[in-house]
Amino acid sequence: MAGVTLDTVRKIYTGNVEAVKGVSLGIEDGSFCVLVGPSGCGKSTLLRMIAGLETISDGEVKIGDRVVNQVEPADRDIAMVFQNYALYPHMSVYDNMAYGLKNRGTPKDEIEKRVKEAARILAIESFLTRKPRQLSGGQRQRVAMGRAIVRKPQVFLFDEPLSNLDAKLRVQMRVEIKRLQRALGVTSIYVTHDQVEAMTLSDKLVVMSGGQIEQVGTPSDVYRRPETRFVATFIGSPPMNILPGKVEGPGRVSVGGQVIGVADMRDGLTPGSAIEVGLRPEDVQAGGAGSSSLSMDVDFVEELGATQLFHGKVSGAEFVVQASTGQIPADTRKLTLAVDPANVHLFDPQTTKRLGKV
Amino acid sequence: MVENRPFTQFMAYLTLALGIVIVVFPVYLAIMASTFDAATIINGNMPLTPGDQAGENYSRALFYGGVHAREPVGGMMLNSMIMALGIAIGKILISILSAYAVVYFKFPFRKTAFWIIFITLMLPVEVRIYPTYKIVADLGLLDTYTGLIMPLIASATGTLLFRQFFMTIPDELLEASKIDGAGAFRFFKDTLLPLSMTTIAALFVIQFIYGWNQYLWPLLITTKSSMQTIVIGIKKMITTTDALTEWQIAMTTAVLAMLPPVLVVIFMQRLFVKGLVETEK
Repeated sequence: MAGVTLDTVRKIYTGNVEAVKGVSLGIEDGSFCVLVGPSGCGKSTLLRMIAGLETISDGEVKIGDRVVNQVEPADRDIAMVFQNYALYPHMSVYDNMAYGLKNRGTPKDEIEKRVKEAARILAIESFLTRKPRQLSGGQRQRVAMGRAIVRKPQVFLFDEPLSNLDAKLRVQMRVEIKRLQRALGVTSIYVTHDQVEAMTLSDKLVVMSGGQIEQVGTPSDVYRRPETRFVATFIGSPPMNILPGKVEGPGRVSVGGQVIGVADMRDGLTPGSAIEVGLRPEDVQAGGAGSSSLSMDVDFVEELGATQLFHGKVSGAEFVVQASTGQIPADTRKLTLAVDPANVHLFDPQTTKRLGKV
Repeated sequence: MVENRPFTQFMAYLTLALGIVIVVFPVYLAIMASTFDAATIINGNMPLTPGDQAGENYSRALFYGGVHAREPVGGMMLNSMIMALGIAIGKILISILSAYAVVYFKFPFRKTAFWIIFITLMLPVEVRIYPTYKIVADLGLLDTYTGLIMPLIASATGTLLFRQFFMTIPDELLEASKIDGAGAFRFFKDTLLPLSMTTIAALFVIQFIYGWNQYLWPLLITTKSSMQTIVIGIKKMITTTDALTEWQIAMTTAVLAMLPPVLVVIFMQRLFVKGLVETEK
């Protein structure tokens, strides 16, 4: 097993398009690292550079202690699962899984042992002789994972492996991938644009945007203490509300004249200066009126079954509140929202960075 | 869609039947003519039912040939077969390899190379026949199989067909192969070739028939009668200056000439159609 280290890795395409702008990242041995970000943020390019499918324009990629910049994909001791599975259509499931081992000159009985074992782990023993086209999406996904497992690589790379599955299967496979990674203990790097997958799978969550890392941390860190406005609005569903506000004094900000308390606020901010106030839809308590509260005009209500989303405006800015169904009457036009100072996030309007305690 | 228009359907079948009769009748006539003796055909009252000379005509054509050509059709068929197979196989080999290079390898002037190949599509053999003849003659390849085959192998159709097919193969398959430790040659042999089987079959059928039916080129470069192809043979049997044309032998030869292409189409039809229309990979 081995960790993966990236040192100011860049990818510059012809025409001077910089897809990855100097990313440094350490992934510990055996951990599950998820790269998440909107499409075009460079996360797939980064993964493909680790795999050796893209050349590295600048910087260094290390697998274990070995710099692999110039090493062929086959010699990097990695295995990759692709979004469209990339199974060889003309080979049986068995041959698909055995192909990589055969090319390496692994003895026949060893190949058979490993394929059989992987098939048992993934519960695909009964269709080893079938062709990929005779399998369902979920089964193909398992075969693709089996192909990765039999190689016993140092690192697993996943490129949006669940995107082609339907919602139910996606949840199921997500759990299986996590369980499998735990059982095998292989360092894994997983690329996705789905923040639920990112939150649930990762030990280490890397949020990317515009070819750069926005934040690295455990999922709960990233959720509780987003470092930038981008991360705040990207992680969490529905996304965090951002309101324009003003600094009133230490631990106090105002939104349209309504003052609320803030627990995590940087010292020395000039009173009266503009600031962005972030509040998660699930963090505000509707109905309660305390010392720290906001009033909201409700436009309409979305039903989600267990919860309801109240869409409306707080002093002119769009605002969404999530509440358990039945907690607030659905025909409410005006809400008073109690705000716990611990749940308020502040961002600099210029740099979009968090203005929390240093 | 539910369609119930008996009259339209009847007309459609009638048109189709008429078309078939028009196409099939001359062929039928040739087959019948190959079963009579010369006198019956010449007197103009050849019956439309089979005669009794079939065995005689076919064995004479195959092993002895016409009075004037004096070359057994068996030998001509062998020549034609070598030429057609050579062209078909050679073309497949060259075009699959060049398409592989153009699609999967990045080299300087790759686009230019492709366009040059593409432009040759617009130059049929007949247009470049003089320089081609000169080169083949200078190389001393007149009256050889190499001379018959080589100039006709070079063409862009196959390269284009394979290129289009290769473009539909997802890039991830190549990347998965790379990670699985397959180099350029292994990827070609283990993945690309098996996936191209139907395209290869389609191209084989087209090129076999193209090669078998060649007329102008073999006429130009073969002078020895032992190198004659069957298409030339038929021509020589029909044009005679000082004797009666042996129509029964000419017809027999024509029927024999039709056989191999027909067999190729029949046996490879399923693969052939699949290769031309298949989109699901």
